Amino acid sequence: MTMASTKELAANSRDIRPGRIIAWTLLLIGGLIMITPLLFMFSTSLKTSGQVYDLRLIPAAPTLDNYIKVLGDGRFMQWFFNSTLIAVTVTISNVFFDSLVGYTLAKFEFRGRYFIFLAILSTLMIPTEMLVIPWYLMSSQLGWLNSYWGIMFPGMMTAFGTFLMKQFFEGVPNDFLEAARVDGLNEFTIWWKIAMPMVVPAISALAIFTFLGNWTAFFWPLIVTTSKELYTLPVGISSFSAEASIQWELIMTGAAIGTIPTLLVFLLLQRYIVRGVMLAGLKG
Amino acid sequence: MASANALPQTGPVRFWDRLNISTKRVIWAWAFLAVPIIFYAGIRFYPTFQAFWLSLTNWDLLRPAQFIGFANYQKMFADPIFWKVFQNTFLYLIIGTPVSLVVSFVIAYYLDRVKLMHGFIRALYFLPFLTTAAAMGWVWRWFYQPVPIGVINGFLSSIGIAQQPFLRSVDQALFSILIPAIWAGLGFQIIIFMAGLRAIPNTFYEAAKIDGLGDWAILRKITIPLLKPTTVFLVVFSSIGFLRIFDQVYNMTTNDPGGPLNATKPLVLMIYQTAFSSYQMGYAAAQTVVLFTILLIVSLLQLYVLREKK
Repeated sequence: MTMASTKELAANSRDIRPGRIIAWTLLLIGGLIMITPLLFMFSTSLKTSGQVYDLRLIPAAPTLDNYIKVLGDGRFMQWFFNSTLIAVTVTISNVFFDSLVGYTLAKFEFRGRYFIFLAILSTLMIPTEMLVIPWYLMSSQLGWLNSYWGIMFPGMMTAFGTFLMKQFFEGVPNDFLEAARVDGLNEFTIWWKIAMPMVVPAISALAIFTFLGNWTAFFWPLIVTTSKELYTLPVGISSFSAEASIQWELIMTGAAIGTIPTLLVFLLLQRYIVRGVMLAGLKG
Repeated sequence: MASANALPQTGPVRFWDRLNISTKRVIWAWAFLAVPIIFYAGIRFYPTFQAFWLSLTNWDLLRPAQFIGFANYQKMFADPIFWKVFQNTFLYLIIGTPVSLVVSFVIAYYLDRVKLMHGFIRALYFLPFLTTAAAMGWVWRWFYQPVPIGVINGFLSSIGIAQQPFLRSVDQALFSILIPAIWAGLGFQIIIFMAGLRAIPNTFYEAAKIDGLGDWAILRKITIPLLKPTTVFLVVFSSIGFLRIFDQVYNMTTNDPGGPLNATKPLVLMIYQTAFSSYQMGYAAAQTVVLFTILLIVSLLQLYVLREKK
């Protein structure tokens, strides 16, 4: 007994030995350094143009004037709406089609299955940058330039999502699907009502990744949109900042407006997001 | 999917009923794949071939494309700016990937053992990953401004170090852009490393402790070798990211994109300018083919490294 308790004591004292405290402190300091740019961004967005040169983190007289000014003309609201609409639509499309294709490739036997799988997987090797010129040509011929559809169409399905969902559907036991088949459900209903609920963690991981990827997307929206009403938030922030030139308090306000929504969502859903990223990273 | 749902009802119902179960399932499978096949053919494969074809033409949006053989490639390989850009792109890769991997591994390794305020500290590192480069590029740009505006120079001068030009200097600009790029991706890499660390069964560590191995020996002989799949994934993922760097560079150098004097210009920015500022679509397509080739080599190297292990 005494042996065990001294061992336990030793283990406990090992847990709080100086090395651990130093490591913990350094990690905390490192983490605070990581969010320093975000803190300064918020801090400056609450300062007047006269206070910008005062580099103290906590503004002397915080004011929301910049937000009123930046949000006042409605441009940011429009861009925010565009980004949300686009990211939500593309996410729904990916959840639907990537799951459907992943399920079909995992659970159906037919000639050509392996070929289709390889073909889709091989598109992972094609960089977006190579496709933008043909997409631009296609969009201008079909009148898709400067439209929501023009921004969205390249991302409606992804090989990454298909591959991720296929991996997870392979883990769904066939017995469940057979039982549903015996009950006379059609294949679409079996997929939607029986198989989909069994891979919810994968669906949420896919949804988080797709949403975040499209919310922060810059390259293609920059190319396909020229009218300001159709900008997404990142493209809008970029053009707004270039126009504001040296009015740093307004630039920081624009940047903060673009950052706040994702931070809020993260604070609400931290557990799911971290788990989703782990899942997608390890299986994908 | 209305059409897929309606499939069994359309046409002669008797015909559908006479099919055996496996045939029905094959029909269902192709019905499910119909829209995706059109998508992948029309929006992935056809444009890929078109990019290769365009790289052999002089298309400039105004006149129809004319076949000019390998003239675009000859022009590119003879262009000193292309080689400068090529060099920049590899600098982003060669510095960015190892630095971000080592830093994120060290943080993940220690963070994994931290219990006190674990979620909070993890969140601090992860938050920058959720930001958009278009917004943060401007924040960092402001950080790099000279005194009295810039935060970093303000800090340096307060501790008695001379002001640095950062983005205005041919020598420092590329590194000044790399730091935010590494910063933004660090959270993701830390999370993935931590997932990899947790996937290592505890029995390995227990066995090592019985053998009397110290922390350092355990790290070298057990953790790092068993973490290899995670590491390879992150090496490839971050390499591809740095090879395709664009958002940060574009937003931090808007008055002279890729400047000063092309010191920060990566391949994707050159592609963007060639295509959408000077409208030399054929020439830009040739540059995308080069990017494609580089990324293909990186991906094939990954397959090779992972295969060797088995």
